[in-house]
Amino acid sequence: MASPVPLPTAPMPDAGARLALAEQLLACDAARPCAEAVVEWLARHTRASAVACLVREEPGDRLRCLSARGVSDAQRAMLEAASEGATHPLAEVLSHAAPRFFPASRALLPAVAGGGDIAVPLGRPGVPAVGLLLLSVSEPALPSEVAWVAAHVGSTLARLVPAVSSGRREVSGGALLRRIIDAVADPVLLTDLEGRPRIANARAEALLVAGAESSEGRRRAVELNQRVFSTALASASSGGASGTRRREVPLVDPAEGMDLLFELISTPVHEPDGHEAMVSVLRNVTDLGRATQALGESYRRLRATEREARSERHRLDRVLDSVADPIILSDPSGGTVMMNDPAEKLFAIPLDGGKAAQRRVRSNDATFSSFLVNLVDGGGSLRWRGQLSLADPATGATIPVEAVASKVLGDTGELTGIVTLFHDRTEALEKARLLERVKEVSTQLEARVQIATAELAEQNEKLRRQAIQLEQASAAKSQFLANMSHEFRTPLNAILGYTNMLLQGVSGELSPAQKRNLTRIDSNGRHLLEVINEILDITRIEAGRMPLHLSDFGIPELLQEVVAELDPIIARSKLAVSTQLGARVPAVHSDRQKVKQIVLNLLSNALKFTHEGSVTVMAEYVAATSTLAISVQDTGIGIDPAYQEKIFEDFQQVDSSPTRAYGGTGLGLSICRRLATMLGGRVSLQSAPGQGSTFTLHFPRRARRA
Amino acid sequence: MTNPSPTLKPLVLVVDDYQDAREMYAEYLEFSGFRVAEAKNGQEALDKAFELRPDIILMDLSLPIIDGWEATRRLKNDDRTRTIPVVALTGHAMTGQSDEAKGAGCDSFVTKPCLPDALVDEVRRVLATRGGPQPG
Repeated sequence: MASPVPLPTAPMPDAGARLALAEQLLACDAARPCAEAVVEWLARHTRASAVACLVREEPGDRLRCLSARGVSDAQRAMLEAASEGATHPLAEVLSHAAPRFFPASRALLPAVAGGGDIAVPLGRPGVPAVGLLLLSVSEPALPSEVAWVAAHVGSTLARLVPAVSSGRREVSGGALLRRIIDAVADPVLLTDLEGRPRIANARAEALLVAGAESSEGRRRAVELNQRVFSTALASASSGGASGTRRREVPLVDPAEGMDLLFELISTPVHEPDGHEAMVSVLRNVTDLGRATQALGESYRRLRATEREARSERHRLDRVLDSVADPIILSDPSGGTVMMNDPAEKLFAIPLDGGKAAQRRVRSNDATFSSFLVNLVDGGGSLRWRGQLSLADPATGATIPVEAVASKVLGDTGELTGIVTLFHDRTEALEKARLLERVKEVSTQLEARVQIATAELAEQNEKLRRQAIQLEQASAAKSQFLANMSHEFRTPLNAILGYTNMLLQGVSGELSPAQKRNLTRIDSNGRHLLEVINEILDITRIEAGRMPLHLSDFGIPELLQEVVAELDPIIARSKLAVSTQLGARVPAVHSDRQKVKQIVLNLLSNALKFTHEGSVTVMAEYVAATSTLAISVQDTGIGIDPAYQEKIFEDFQQVDSSPTRAYGGTGLGLSICRRLATMLGGRVSLQSAPGQGSTFTLHFPRRARRA
Repeated sequence: MTNPSPTLKPLVLVVDDYQDAREMYAEYLEFSGFRVAEAKNGQEALDKAFELRPDIILMDLSLPIIDGWEATRRLKNDDRTRTIPVVALTGHAMTGQSDEAKGAGCDSFVTKPCLPDALVDEVRRVLATRGGPQPG
């Protein structure tokens, strides 16, 4: 077969025409318009009388005419029919992939005189041709325009032709192409925009294709994968921007059931028929994903640990700052790593500190350093304790401190730091000093107490002796008074007795003068007896020979008795004497005889000092204090406040002049007061001159035995 | 009854070492319608009591030879004189003496000074409670 030789032919199409065709071809998205453009262009720019563009149609490699000029329909049909079978000259052209000249005798198109046809295969270099151009030419040389067009349209058609055919499209690229993409380790697919696969290599099929014979599990896994894949792809295409996209797609291995992570790289492409499609490459990044995840987890943990460490550090700082005692952390060489607030006051130069403060801080630092040396050079000891004298940087006051430095050892026992605690001993020293002083004073005091105790013992002994003497004297006095009383009483008994008898007329009738004189003897005798009795009473009380005789008794009966006893005197006076009992006066537990004696004394006193009006005896119970109050109220002469206390003293009367108007020993109230005290009570007085007097005996309802 | 005749005036034995007092009470008692015997010490009181069997005895407690308490105790321990009431008389006003006197067997207790009429009243009272003879 002779190769047609390109000939320089005129007219030559200019570069603009070529560019226009190239642009036209690029715009084509189907084989037919592409073929039409080429035929049109060739008809215009070559002298060919007939032009046709044919493409191979599978199966059977039959040729179809996509476009033609200067060719009748019959000739077109003949051409298409003639291409059936590999022996046809055009099929040979296709398989040999080289242009061939057919002289007029064997021309396939209506040939010009002296010329013939030339067939030019179309396709990419190195791959089987997909079609051919057939032109009628005047000589057996390939026109340069045709060669140029064939070269250009070949690759375009090669791209577009598979779209023309239907059916086994995945192998339209040929078995070799199939083998090539199957050999790719990553899943590769051509899909429509919804992700439905048109071409899938073996790896992709394993993930996304399930045949009817597949197991139920596999079908489900594949279905799931397809859905995930479609969604991923849809989200990619809906993004708007065109071009290659990358994203991650989690899929399931249908065979193993393992979760896999793929990176999906999808590129939109146009199919020969103009439809948009998507080429997707999936790269298994499962291991990478796991590694990334693990890395992320480690990072998160690291961050958490870091946060924890930081908060722990803050907490530690706060704890350390809250300790009142200064704390310093030093590195193994003695350099300060950190210190708490109290330590800063001693070892950090204050912001507004002057030179003096700086000097003191430096001095403190030096003291501390020399202290630490003991521990650092101290060999095996873990702790060093010492007394330091520091200075307050602000005031310069000396602060005696006790410092305890402790080594902080690492896991392997190496020295990692030193913690020093300072304890202010100012207070302790002051306390110790005070304690010493207290001890000293206490010793002195003890000595004094001993002396005083000795003196006291001596005094006590003296007093004891005096008390014994006094007691003896008192007893002697009591005995003397008792004897005196008896000795007075015996003759007085006779005096009063005989007087009484004489006055009664036992010895015969008396003259009025005798009677008057005897009455005076009687009156004086009675007064003497009264004095003797009262002196005896006081003597008995003072000598403690007046015991309490406690019993339960009623107040109303007692008052009746008292009034009855004084009835002769009351009868002689012209006074209205009455008794008044308060509500609910309870029975009392006390010494009846003494209560009676007091009331008797008070009432006879009232009768003596009241010339007109009334005397009222009242009794009432004061629940709040559990005491009884028996009052004797008179309308008598009254007592000046100046005398109100004095009248209770022995032998005292308001009027103690030799010319006094009232008789009596002046012992009655004194005895009343003493007796009331024995009952646990007292006698009070309310009075004013001319206003009468009220004497009141207050005593507890239940007397306590002395 | 110690008294042989119920129609006779009651006999009072007045025991007191102080003569003026003894005679004073005796005089007043006789004036008041009693018969009176006297004793000036405890021993004499016992002798007279056993001999005369008086209707009542006025016993001063402070007596020579035998004191009033002891004399009373002996009288009360003797069947002949057990029933005779004894009225104790004392010039000692110390408390406790009345209890002591009652303990010795005294039926009544009178503190000196005691006016003759008061004493006679007491004698009458004691005799009345004993259902004994009353002075006419």
